[in-house]
Amino acid sequence: MDWTFTEDRPIWQQLAEQLTLRILKGEYPSGSRLPPVRELAALAGVNPNTMQRALAQLEQDGLAVANRTSGRTVTEDGEVIRRARRERAKSAVAGCLRILEELGYTKADALVYVKEELSHE
Amino acid sequence: MNELLVTCTGVVKRYGNKPALSGVNLELGRGRIVGLLGPNGSGKTTLIKILCGLLQPTEGAVLIDGQTVGPYTKSVISYLPDRMYFADWMKATDLFDLFADFYKDFDKARAMSMCASLGVTPSDKLKTMSKGTKEKVQLVLVMARKAQLYLLDEPIAGVDPAARDFILGTILTNYNEAGTVLISTHLISDVERVLDEAIFLKDGQITLHDTVDNIREREGKSVDGLFREIFRARNYEGGAF
Repeated sequence: MDWTFTEDRPIWQQLAEQLTLRILKGEYPSGSRLPPVRELAALAGVNPNTMQRALAQLEQDGLAVANRTSGRTVTEDGEVIRRARRERAKSAVAGCLRILEELGYTKADALVYVKEELSHE
Repeated sequence: MNELLVTCTGVVKRYGNKPALSGVNLELGRGRIVGLLGPNGSGKTTLIKILCGLLQPTEGAVLIDGQTVGPYTKSVISYLPDRMYFADWMKATDLFDLFADFYKDFDKARAMSMCASLGVTPSDKLKTMSKGTKEKVQLVLVMARKAQLYLLDEPIAGVDPAARDFILGTILTNYNEAGTVLISTHLISDVERVLDEAIFLKDGQITLHDTVDNIREREGKSVDGLFREIFRARNYEGGAF
Protein backbone atom coordinates (compact mmCIF):
# COMPACT_ATOMS: atom_id res chain seq x y z
CA MET A 1 0.00 0.00 0.00
CA ASP A 2 1.43 3.31 -1.05
CA TRP A 3 1.16 6.59 0.76
CA THR A 4 -0.85 9.13 -1.16
CA PHE A 5 -1.86 12.61 -0.14
CA THR A 6 -4.52 14.95 -1.39
CA GLU A 7 -4.00 18.64 -1.82
CA ASP A 8 -6.68 20.07 0.36
CA ARG A 9 -5.86 18.90 3.88
CA PRO A 10 -2.90 18.90 6.27
CA ILE A 11 -0.54 16.01 5.58
CA TRP A 12 -0.43 14.87 9.21
CA GLN A 13 -4.18 14.21 9.22
CA GLN A 14 -3.90 12.09 6.11
CA LEU A 15 -0.95 10.24 7.60
CA ALA A 16 -2.91 9.54 10.76
CA GLU A 17 -5.81 8.13 8.72
CA GLN A 18 -3.55 5.93 6.64
CA LEU A 19 -1.67 4.64 9.67
CA THR A 20 -5.02 3.87 11.32
CA LEU A 21 -6.09 1.95 8.25
CA ARG A 22 -2.87 -0.06 8.33
CA ILE A 23 -3.52 -0.99 11.93
CA LEU A 24 -7.14 -1.96 11.20
CA LYS A 25 -6.07 -4.09 8.28
CA GLY A 26 -3.63 -5.88 10.55
CA GLU A 27 -0.55 -4.66 8.72
CA TYR A 28 0.63 -3.47 12.10
CA PRO A 29 -1.02 -6.08 14.35
CA SER A 30 -2.31 -5.43 17.84
CA GLY A 31 0.55 -5.34 20.35
CA SER A 32 3.27 -5.14 17.70
CA ARG A 33 5.91 -2.47 17.70
CA LEU A 34 5.56 0.42 15.25
CA PRO A 35 8.68 1.41 13.30
CA PRO A 36 10.52 4.45 14.66
CA VAL A 37 9.34 7.91 13.57
CA ARG A 38 12.28 8.52 11.26
CA GLU A 39 11.84 5.20 9.53
CA LEU A 40 8.12 5.74 9.02
CA ALA A 41 8.80 9.26 7.79
CA ALA A 42 11.31 7.97 5.27
CA LEU A 43 8.87 5.27 4.10
CA ALA A 44 6.13 7.81 3.53
CA GLY A 45 8.57 10.40 2.19
CA VAL A 46 7.48 13.02 4.69
CA ASN A 47 9.07 15.23 7.26
CA PRO A 48 9.74 13.47 10.60
CA ASN A 49 7.95 16.22 12.53
CA THR A 50 4.84 15.65 10.42
CA MET A 51 4.98 11.91 11.10
CA GLN A 52 5.46 12.65 14.80
CA ARG A 53 2.27 14.68 14.79
CA ALA A 54 0.34 11.88 13.08
CA LEU A 55 1.56 9.36 15.66
CA ALA A 56 0.58 11.70 18.47
CA GLN A 57 -2.93 11.66 17.00
CA LEU A 58 -2.93 7.84 17.01
CA GLU A 59 -1.91 7.91 20.66
CA GLN A 60 -4.75 10.28 21.40
CA ASP A 61 -7.15 7.94 19.63
CA GLY A 62 -5.84 5.13 21.81
CA LEU A 63 -4.61 3.09 18.85
CA ALA A 64 -0.93 3.52 19.60
CA VAL A 65 0.77 3.43 22.97
CA ALA A 66 4.06 5.19 23.68
CA ASN A 67 6.47 3.26 25.83
CA ARG A 68 9.05 5.11 27.79
CA THR A 69 12.01 3.21 26.45
CA SER A 70 11.04 1.24 23.39
CA GLY A 71 9.15 3.46 20.99
CA ARG A 72 5.51 2.88 20.19
CA THR A 73 3.37 -0.23 20.00
CA VAL A 74 -0.09 -0.83 18.61
CA THR A 75 -2.63 -1.03 21.42
CA GLU A 76 -3.42 -4.44 22.88
CA ASP A 77 -6.93 -3.30 23.72
CA GLY A 78 -9.04 -5.20 21.20
CA GLU A 79 -12.10 -3.08 22.01
CA VAL A 80 -10.37 0.11 20.83
CA ILE A 81 -9.49 -1.51 17.52
CA ARG A 82 -12.99 -2.98 17.08
CA ARG A 83 -14.52 0.45 17.70
CA ALA A 84 -12.17 2.11 15.21
CA ARG A 85 -13.04 -0.52 12.61
CA ARG A 86 -16.75 0.08 13.09
CA GLU A 87 -16.19 3.84 12.70
CA ARG A 88 -14.34 3.21 9.47
CA ALA A 89 -17.08 0.91 8.16
CA LYS A 90 -19.79 3.42 9.03
CA SER A 91 -18.05 6.25 7.27
CA ALA A 92 -17.40 4.07 4.21
CA VAL A 93 -21.13 3.30 3.97
CA ALA A 94 -22.03 6.94 4.56
CA GLY A 95 -19.66 7.97 1.78
CA CYS A 96 -21.23 5.47 -0.59
CA LEU A 97 -24.74 6.69 0.24
CA ARG A 98 -23.69 10.28 -0.34
CA ILE A 99 -22.46 9.47 -3.82
CA LEU A 100 -25.69 7.64 -4.67
CA GLU A 101 -27.77 10.54 -3.38
CA GLU A 102 -25.77 12.94 -5.50
CA LEU A 103 -26.65 10.77 -8.48
CA GLY A 104 -30.31 11.16 -7.55
CA TYR A 105 -31.01 7.76 -6.00
CA THR A 106 -33.05 7.35 -2.84
CA LYS A 107 -31.89 5.33 0.16
CA ALA A 108 -34.37 2.60 -0.81
CA ASP A 109 -32.78 2.41 -4.26
CA ALA A 110 -29.40 2.13 -2.62
CA LEU A 111 -30.55 -0.83 -0.55
CA VAL A 112 -31.86 -2.58 -3.65
CA TYR A 113 -28.54 -2.08 -5.43
CA VAL A 114 -26.53 -3.35 -2.50
CA LYS A 115 -28.68 -6.51 -2.31
CA GLU A 116 -28.43 -6.98 -6.06
CA GLU A 117 -24.65 -6.64 -5.92
CA LEU A 118 -24.45 -9.13 -3.08
CA SER A 119 -26.57 -11.70 -4.94
CA HIS A 120 -24.06 -11.65 -7.81
CA GLU A 121 -21.30 -12.85 -5.58
CA MET B 1 23.68 27.37 21.96
CA ASN B 2 21.32 30.01 20.71
CA GLU B 3 17.60 29.30 20.58
CA LEU B 4 17.28 30.73 17.09
CA LEU B 5 19.59 29.46 14.40
CA VAL B 6 19.05 32.23 11.87
CA THR B 7 18.00 35.84 12.41
CA CYS B 8 17.81 38.34 9.56
CA THR B 9 16.83 41.91 10.37
CA GLY B 10 16.00 44.38 7.63
CA VAL B 11 18.27 42.74 5.09
CA VAL B 12 18.55 44.74 1.87
CA LYS B 13 20.67 43.81 -1.12
CA ARG B 14 21.08 45.93 -4.21
CA TYR B 15 23.16 45.07 -7.25
CA GLY B 16 23.94 48.61 -8.37
CA ASN B 17 20.52 50.26 -8.46
CA LYS B 18 18.77 46.97 -8.94
CA PRO B 19 17.16 45.78 -5.72
CA ALA B 20 17.34 42.01 -5.08
CA LEU B 21 16.21 41.95 -1.45
CA SER B 22 14.22 44.79 0.02
CA GLY B 23 13.91 44.40 3.76
CA VAL B 24 13.95 40.72 4.70
CA ASN B 25 13.14 39.84 8.31
CA LEU B 26 13.47 36.15 9.04
CA GLU B 27 13.81 33.89 12.06
CA LEU B 28 14.51 30.18 11.77
CA GLY B 29 14.56 27.66 14.60
CA ARG B 30 16.47 24.39 14.84
CA GLY B 31 15.62 20.92 13.62
CA ARG B 32 13.36 22.06 10.80
CA ILE B 33 13.14 21.59 7.07
CA VAL B 34 12.18 24.88 5.48
CA GLY B 35 11.28 25.62 1.88
CA LEU B 36 12.39 28.92 0.39
CA LEU B 37 9.89 29.34 -2.40
CA GLY B 38 9.60 32.02 -5.01
CA PRO B 39 9.52 32.50 -8.76
CA ASN B 40 12.66 33.16 -10.78
CA GLY B 41 14.35 36.39 -9.77
CA SER B 42 12.57 36.72 -6.44
CA GLY B 43 15.84 36.77 -4.47
CA LYS B 44 16.17 33.16 -3.28
CA THR B 45 19.78 32.68 -4.30
CA THR B 46 20.75 36.14 -3.08
CA LEU B 47 19.33 35.41 0.37
CA ILE B 48 21.12 32.07 0.56
CA LYS B 49 24.41 33.60 -0.53
CA ILE B 50 24.07 36.27 2.14
CA LEU B 51 23.43 33.61 4.80
CA CYS B 52 26.55 31.70 3.88
CA GLY B 53 28.70 34.80 3.60
CA LEU B 54 29.34 34.86 -0.15
CA LEU B 55 27.55 38.20 -0.46
CA GLN B 56 27.47 41.18 1.85
CA PRO B 57 24.05 42.70 2.49
CA THR B 58 23.75 46.37 1.49
CA GLU B 59 21.83 47.03 4.72
CA GLY B 60 20.63 45.01 7.67
CA ALA B 61 22.06 42.33 9.93
CA VAL B 62 22.37 38.55 9.79
CA LEU B 63 23.05 36.32 12.79
CA ILE B 64 23.71 32.58 12.55
CA ASP B 65 23.69 30.76 15.89
CA GLY B 66 23.97 34.20 17.53
CA GLN B 67 27.11 35.14 15.59
CA THR B 68 27.69 37.54 12.73
CA VAL B 69 28.68 35.87 9.47
CA GLY B 70 32.35 34.88 9.57
CA PRO B 71 34.68 31.90 10.01
CA TYR B 72 32.56 30.39 12.78
CA THR B 73 29.27 30.56 10.88
CA LYS B 74 30.95 29.15 7.78
CA SER B 75 32.11 26.16 9.80
CA VAL B 76 28.54 25.30 10.82
CA ILE B 77 26.91 25.89 7.41
CA SER B 78 26.86 23.31 4.65
CA TYR B 79 26.05 24.98 1.35
CA LEU B 80 24.88 23.45 -1.91
CA PRO B 81 25.35 26.10 -4.62
CA ASP B 82 23.06 26.38 -7.62
CA ARG B 83 25.90 25.43 -9.94
CA MET B 84 28.96 23.18 -9.96
CA TYR B 85 32.24 24.73 -8.97
CA PHE B 86 34.59 21.71 -9.04
CA ALA B 87 37.38 20.97 -11.49
CA ASP B 88 36.15 18.21 -13.76
CA TRP B 89 39.43 16.26 -13.74
CA MET B 90 38.78 15.38 -10.10
CA LYS B 91 37.22 12.17 -8.89
CA ALA B 92 34.47 12.16 -6.30
CA THR B 93 36.94 10.61 -3.85
CA ASP B 94 39.33 13.56 -4.43
CA LEU B 95 36.53 15.86 -3.44
CA PHE B 96 35.83 13.83 -0.32
CA ASP B 97 39.49 14.22 0.71
CA LEU B 98 39.30 17.94 -0.01
CA PHE B 99 36.16 18.32 2.09
CA ALA B 100 37.63 16.23 4.90
CA ASP B 101 40.55 18.70 4.95
CA PHE B 102 38.33 21.75 4.97
CA TYR B 103 35.56 20.68 7.34
CA LYS B 104 36.14 18.72 10.49
CA ASP B 105 32.46 17.66 10.55
CA PHE B 106 32.78 15.90 7.16
CA ASP B 107 32.18 12.15 7.47
CA LYS B 108 33.94 10.36 4.64
CA ALA B 109 32.60 6.91 5.46
CA ARG B 110 29.09 8.31 5.33
CA ALA B 111 29.83 9.97 2.01
CA MET B 112 30.95 6.64 0.57
CA SER B 113 27.85 4.83 1.77
CA MET B 114 25.60 7.59 0.41
CA CYS B 115 27.33 7.20 -2.96
CA ALA B 116 26.58 3.50 -2.88
CA SER B 117 22.90 4.03 -2.20
CA LEU B 118 22.65 6.79 -4.84
CA GLY B 119 24.35 4.59 -7.42
CA VAL B 120 27.39 6.85 -7.85
CA THR B 121 30.84 5.34 -8.43
CA PRO B 122 33.13 7.53 -6.34
CA SER B 123 36.26 6.60 -8.28
CA ASP B 124 34.83 8.09 -11.50
CA LYS B 125 36.08 11.42 -12.74
CA LEU B 126 33.50 14.21 -12.66
CA LYS B 127 34.18 14.77 -16.36
CA THR B 128 32.66 11.37 -17.16
CA MET B 129 29.56 11.87 -15.07
CA SER B 130 26.15 13.02 -16.28
CA LYS B 131 24.70 16.27 -15.00
CA GLY B 132 22.38 14.43 -12.62
CA THR B 133 25.19 12.28 -11.25
CA LYS B 134 27.34 15.35 -10.63
CA GLU B 135 24.46 16.88 -8.73
CA LYS B 136 24.25 13.75 -6.63
CA VAL B 137 27.98 13.97 -5.83
CA GLN B 138 27.49 17.57 -4.81
CA LEU B 139 24.58 16.60 -2.61
CA VAL B 140 26.63 13.84 -0.98
CA LEU B 141 29.39 16.36 -0.18
CA VAL B 142 26.89 18.66 1.45
CA MET B 143 24.85 16.08 3.36
CA ALA B 144 27.84 14.11 4.66
CA ARG B 145 28.66 17.02 6.94
CA LYS B 146 27.17 17.23 10.40
CA ALA B 147 26.27 20.88 10.04
CA GLN B 148 23.82 23.07 11.92
CA LEU B 149 22.46 24.77 8.84
CA TYR B 150 22.18 23.19 5.40
CA LEU B 151 21.56 25.68 2.61
CA LEU B 152 20.42 23.84 -0.50
CA ASP B 153 19.99 26.05 -3.54
CA GLU B 154 17.83 24.21 -6.09
CA PRO B 155 18.98 20.72 -5.14
CA ILE B 156 16.53 18.84 -7.36
CA ALA B 157 16.26 21.02 -10.44
CA GLY B 158 18.55 18.98 -12.70
CA VAL B 159 17.48 15.42 -11.99
CA ASP B 160 14.63 13.24 -13.18
CA PRO B 161 11.49 12.80 -11.01
CA ALA B 162 12.52 9.37 -9.72
CA ALA B 163 15.92 10.68 -8.68
CA ARG B 164 14.16 13.67 -7.14
CA ASP B 165 12.25 11.47 -4.72
CA PHE B 166 15.43 9.63 -3.96
CA ILE B 167 17.33 12.84 -3.28
CA LEU B 168 14.57 14.15 -1.03
CA GLY B 169 14.68 10.82 0.81
CA THR B 170 18.42 11.23 1.17
CA ILE B 171 17.95 14.69 2.61
CA LEU B 172 15.26 13.42 4.99
CA THR B 173 17.27 10.52 6.32
CA ASN B 174 20.67 12.13 6.39
CA TYR B 175 20.35 15.55 7.88
CA ASN B 176 21.62 16.21 11.33
CA GLU B 177 18.52 16.09 13.51
CA ALA B 178 19.47 19.17 15.47
CA GLY B 179 20.22 21.00 12.24
CA THR B 180 17.96 23.01 9.98
CA VAL B 181 17.67 22.52 6.24
CA LEU B 182 16.73 25.46 4.01
CA ILE B 183 15.77 24.31 0.50
CA SER B 184 15.22 26.85 -2.25
CA THR B 185 13.15 25.65 -5.15
CA HIS B 186 10.30 26.37 -7.47
CA LEU B 187 9.38 22.69 -7.79
CA ILE B 188 7.04 22.99 -4.86
CA SER B 189 4.78 20.00 -5.33
CA ASP B 190 7.85 17.77 -5.22
CA VAL B 191 9.19 19.08 -1.92
CA GLU B 192 6.00 19.99 -0.09
CA ARG B 193 5.70 16.71 1.82
CA VAL B 194 9.13 17.00 3.36
CA LEU B 195 8.78 20.57 4.59
CA ASP B 196 7.94 21.82 8.06
CA GLU B 197 7.72 25.43 7.01
CA ALA B 198 7.37 27.40 3.83
CA ILE B 199 8.66 30.87 3.06
CA PHE B 200 7.28 32.75 0.07
CA LEU B 201 9.66 35.27 -1.39
CA LYS B 202 8.25 37.82 -3.79
CA ASP B 203 10.17 40.73 -5.31
CA GLY B 204 12.80 40.54 -2.59
CA GLN B 205 10.37 40.44 0.32
CA ILE B 206 8.95 37.65 2.45
CA THR B 207 5.20 37.60 1.90
CA LEU B 208 4.44 34.46 3.88
CA HIS B 209 6.24 32.35 6.47
CA ASP B 210 4.23 29.60 8.13
CA THR B 211 4.12 25.86 8.70
CA VAL B 212 2.90 23.78 5.77
CA ASP B 213 0.15 22.26 7.94
CA ASN B 214 -1.11 25.71 8.94
CA ILE B 215 -1.18 26.83 5.33
CA ARG B 216 -3.14 23.75 4.27
CA GLU B 217 -5.53 24.07 7.18
CA ARG B 218 -6.17 27.76 6.66
CA GLU B 219 -6.28 27.87 2.87
CA GLY B 220 -7.79 24.45 2.21
CA LYS B 221 -5.22 23.95 -0.49
CA SER B 222 -1.66 22.82 -0.86
CA VAL B 223 1.33 25.13 -0.67
CA ASP B 224 1.81 24.45 -4.37
CA GLY B 225 -1.78 25.53 -5.07
CA LEU B 226 -1.38 28.68 -3.00
CA PHE B 227 1.89 29.49 -4.72
CA ARG B 228 0.31 29.19 -8.15
CA GLU B 229 -2.48 31.48 -7.07
CA ILE B 230 -0.22 34.16 -5.60
CA PHE B 231 2.37 34.10 -8.32
CA ARG B 232 0.12 33.53 -11.29
CA ALA B 233 1.71 35.30 -14.22
CA ARG B 234 -0.67 37.50 -16.14
CA ASN B 235 -1.18 36.31 -19.66
CA TYR B 236 0.71 38.12 -22.30
CA GLU B 237 -1.71 40.63 -23.76
CA GLY B 238 0.25 41.80 -26.73
CA GLY B 239 -1.27 41.89 -30.18
CA ALA B 240 -1.52 38.93 -32.47
CA PHE B 241 1.41 38.01 -34.65
